[in-house]
Amino acid sequence: MNILVQMFPIALAGTTPIVIAALGGLFSERSGIVNIGLEGIMMVGGFAAASIIVVLEPVTPLAGWIGLGVGILAGIVFSMLHAFASINLKSEQVVSGTALNILAGGLTVYLCQIFFNQQRTSSFQTGVLKVTVPLLNRIPILGPAVFTEIYPTFYIALALVAFTWFVVYKTPFGLRLRACGENPQAAASMGINVFWMRYIGVGASGALAGLAGATMVLTQDIQYTIGSVHGTGFIALASLIFGKWNPWGVLGAGFFFGFAQTLSYYAKDIPFLSSVPTDVFYVLPYVLTIVALIVFSGKSVGPKAAGEIYDAGKR
Amino acid sequence: MANRNRDALVVSLVAVLLGFLTGSVIILLTGKNPIAMFSAMIQGASGVIIKTGKFNPRYIGEFVIQALPIILTGLSVGFAFRTGLFNIGAEGQFVVGSLAAAIVALGVKAPPGIHVVLVLLGAMVAGGFWGAIPGYLKAKFNVHEVVVTIMLNYVAFFVNNWAILDVFHSADRVKTAEFPVTALLKDPMLSQLTRGSRLNWGFVPVIIALIVYWFVIEKTTFGYSLRAVGFNKDAARYAGMKVNRNVVLSMTMAGAFAGLAGAIITVGTFNFGRALPMAEGYGFDGIAVALVGGNVAPGIFLSGLLFGMLKAAQPLMQSQGIPKEIAGIIQASIVMFVAMKHGITYILERMRTRKEPPKEAEA
Repeated sequence: MNILVQMFPIALAGTTPIVIAALGGLFSERSGIVNIGLEGIMMVGGFAAASIIVVLEPVTPLAGWIGLGVGILAGIVFSMLHAFASINLKSEQVVSGTALNILAGGLTVYLCQIFFNQQRTSSFQTGVLKVTVPLLNRIPILGPAVFTEIYPTFYIALALVAFTWFVVYKTPFGLRLRACGENPQAAASMGINVFWMRYIGVGASGALAGLAGATMVLTQDIQYTIGSVHGTGFIALASLIFGKWNPWGVLGAGFFFGFAQTLSYYAKDIPFLSSVPTDVFYVLPYVLTIVALIVFSGKSVGPKAAGEIYDAGKR
Repeated sequence: MANRNRDALVVSLVAVLLGFLTGSVIILLTGKNPIAMFSAMIQGASGVIIKTGKFNPRYIGEFVIQALPIILTGLSVGFAFRTGLFNIGAEGQFVVGSLAAAIVALGVKAPPGIHVVLVLLGAMVAGGFWGAIPGYLKAKFNVHEVVVTIMLNYVAFFVNNWAILDVFHSADRVKTAEFPVTALLKDPMLSQLTRGSRLNWGFVPVIIALIVYWFVIEKTTFGYSLRAVGFNKDAARYAGMKVNRNVVLSMTMAGAFAGLAGAIITVGTFNFGRALPMAEGYGFDGIAVALVGGNVAPGIFLSGLLFGMLKAAQPLMQSQGIPKEIAGIIQASIVMFVAMKHGITYILERMRTRKEPPKEAEA
């Protein structure tokens, strides 16, 4: 039990970027654009945040928050490449997303060499500081687990889950967004601007993945390196599928994968897990996603038109 | 048809030009000189050191070993593309192939000549199996191969590291013991010929693979039915072709090509099995190679050489003050521009119709 409570803050820090990036993927896929470039967008967001915080840290105590904001902006700008290619030029969305991933690795390290004369950004001191929520931290078990020494970005992630659920399921905008992902021709016939909605969807995925990348670097690292994001964008993609393209499902899947990763550090101290090779915990999210896909197959869970090139004349 | 082939070629060339243009602009914007990049590429591929005019064959050897694995992963991605499947999993199939190569190299004793063939076959079987999984899941459950292959890349990566570190008990936590000489594609003669480069016999299986690819796709009924599935699944099924079987076989073949690439690196460039700190990107290179090569064998061969040249020039660029990551940027731009081919062909068609007398408006 003690170990479990100890694990919590670390697991929550790992869960946060997964959930935020997966919500980004949710917006994009609900609008009908598959975005496997989440990983690349996260790298760009993380790089931008790390670069800005190195510069601003000596100047202002708000550098961490500005870093998160810059990560969002960088993510939006970078995602527009994907939006332009896949919406205006009707590119294969998986190919264009792959291009984003390759580009991000090259571009961020290239710029590191230009700005910092090395393969990574300079290191920063604090990043985003942990907080302890007064009063709530006194609740037994729950207090030390989720309200003591937690990165505030975790609460942001929770708020974003609720916000996404509200926007996507409870507003006219959300209905239109989902319509574009299910049947864009029908949506267009009702006067919805499919192009515009999809731009918003991809832009939102850029903003959220950028934030996720920034969060990751500013809470789990002391600088941006090529390995800072290490596949979290793909775990986010896995969470999106595992969570059935639903914000609450995404949250659950994000928790699960975040804990599975953290378990790998602690397994040696837990009697019945100590004999399991740690690699099993690393592999878990990927294997489970494949299993989930098989289980979901035949049922329509994902957005129906996601990944299809939009042809306004198709019936 | 001729028009379409020509268009595919034009799209590739335009994409390559635009990609290098983008790279040059980025180099200029960051205050460096793009000429240095091009001279590094020419030096890397020709072996002629431009400043002194001297010739050093070591560069050519290094250029060839950069091109070999990505030609194979290009064939892997291209083969799947021809059946309408996107194999992002070449990376994982490559890793599994590398691991299988190491296992056969260390675990099997065989006479020279036979051992190395067994190593290559083992890697192809392993890669083929790794490719068959997404193929089977696609055929049986209609699960999208893109997501499955991405996930399997990571699984392969962790399985490889676990096997190298925990099963082979790597002493330095990086690599296995050295392979026996019988398992290697390495040859001191080739190395001496190119003044100490890592050139090895790996080019022989690559040439065979290129011929096999061309023959299977273009000259056999099997290849024809694979392409038919790629053009139109439903029509192919209606014509009596076994669509599901073709999907599985196509991914298996694709995986075998990528697995072979893993073997060539493992017993050609190196002589030990390796734990990897992170993905090496050969599979992603293969996507670029296949897209630019238009998924045909000669095209993949040429674009593999092009991207090999870019990779081989990386250390030279770095030494001249241009960050070597520019290669990745150019490669990604080229992929992006090929992906935009609908847009590019649309512009081409518009240009063509503008030259021709306007047709009557369709009713």
